[in-house]
Amino acid sequence: MDQNEINRLRGKTAVVGLAESGCGLASGWSAMEIMASAVHDALDDAGIKLKEVDGVFAATAFHSMAAMSLSEYLGVKPKFADGSQIGGSSFLSHILTAAMALDAGLINVAVVAYGSNQKSAGGFKTISEAMPYEAQYQPRMPVTAYALSAKRYMNEFGATREDLANVAVSARDWALLNPRAYTHQDGPLTVNDVLSARPIVDPLGKLDCCLVTDGGAAIVMTRSDRAKDTKNTPIYLLGAAMEHHHRMISEMPDLVQTSAIESGKRAFSMSGYKPNDMSTIQLYDAFTINTLLFLEDLGFCKKGEAKELVKNNNIGPVGNLKVNTNGGGLSCVHPGMYGLFVTLEALRQLRNASGDDVGQRLNGGWIDNAKLSVAHGNGGVLSSQVTNIWGVSDTL
Amino acid sequence: MAENLKGTVGPEQQFKNFLSEGKFMIQRCKSLNKFFFHPRVAFPGSGERDLEWVEASGNGEVYSSSCNRRLPEKGGDFNLSLITLEEGPRMMARVEGIDPDKVEIGQKVKARISSLNGEPAVIFDIV
Repeated sequence: MDQNEINRLRGKTAVVGLAESGCGLASGWSAMEIMASAVHDALDDAGIKLKEVDGVFAATAFHSMAAMSLSEYLGVKPKFADGSQIGGSSFLSHILTAAMALDAGLINVAVVAYGSNQKSAGGFKTISEAMPYEAQYQPRMPVTAYALSAKRYMNEFGATREDLANVAVSARDWALLNPRAYTHQDGPLTVNDVLSARPIVDPLGKLDCCLVTDGGAAIVMTRSDRAKDTKNTPIYLLGAAMEHHHRMISEMPDLVQTSAIESGKRAFSMSGYKPNDMSTIQLYDAFTINTLLFLEDLGFCKKGEAKELVKNNNIGPVGNLKVNTNGGGLSCVHPGMYGLFVTLEALRQLRNASGDDVGQRLNGGWIDNAKLSVAHGNGGVLSSQVTNIWGVSDTL
Repeated sequence: MAENLKGTVGPEQQFKNFLSEGKFMIQRCKSLNKFFFHPRVAFPGSGERDLEWVEASGNGEVYSSSCNRRLPEKGGDFNLSLITLEEGPRMMARVEGIDPDKVEIGQKVKARISSLNGEPAVIFDIV
């Protein structure tokens, strides 16, 4: 199949509703209750009835068959469902699958959902099996994997822990503008705060690592012809692509190059836009090293140059690149699988700029005239990479 | 059991059995003359199945390294590295005999078979 045939999905589907639920601490709520609440809120936002949902897409670290469990809980009988589990980027791949199923006419209304109560239930939660040939060395996954990448990155490009810390500082600056962010009230971070935080797996310290919170999210997707008639501004899926090259960090072909190089290239190609056309850039920042790698791999700068790009708070509210404008996984929310929150922020920025009420931000927290957002998801240990490009109607 | 799996054990168990005998063995594809790790039933990516076990030289180089912080009462900090073997493949292992935060990329290392939690394990020492 040539690129033109793949590109037929461009602009054919749109998100018409979104919601988050239980972000932060949701003591007394189960992962399913948090996820289902997000679905109902997203449907309310869309003005679409539960009865119309015929496509269900979900993944969590609590359910081995999340799409089936969620469908049952909601009382929905889906004509197509997908619970593919490729880690935190699962939802961005569900969006691609949902677009395919909608475009093929298999379904008419899709929900993509996630929920977690990991924080109130005791801490980081995974259902990952032990990795053969790695487990006996007792790596502290996933932190060890990202530390190995960070160490190699620093060695190859002369980057320092200060360069990594700049990412965390900018993420916090965005969170200070976002009342929904978990660290909204915590005040700014300095580079020194990040460097002096408790070491977890060198070279990564506690503030190089994402938050551990509860939280759920959901979006509602439909075909673009129907999307025009819903009550909020539809945001169109212009490009989507995925790729992965390894599952175990010891099998990653090159620790400083992710398969986002491939997913990004194909997603941007489908969209017809380039990285520099993006009004907002939402990257899966489970660790500070992620942001540097993805800025490079998605084409915002050359390999090894992201450490320059993030200097002087250039990816913060005062900077030129609007990166992780909610505060990211580092400072906004991270219930274990962050992908749908990357998506939510990409969509919210575009809807706010289109006049929808999607919440309050302090001055500078919303990006004026935002037309295009890239949402990039990462899963496993820099393993699965999925890129989605979103745009408002006049970018179609 | 499928006919083609009779009479032996899989490559993962074979690898472990070799370790128990004190041998660090890796697989080589004869037709490609290429080594690979971890052990598999066929060469990754192109599927050749003419494989043989070869004793690794044990010589390697640190590709990346991390110091995993752990409370002293739980055993203290430990090193976890990725080692590129002289034969080409890469593997996860610990580098011991040096402070866990002093292992640097590019250092030459040599394998020995030790044990971790009662299981034989490949461990590396700085050369």
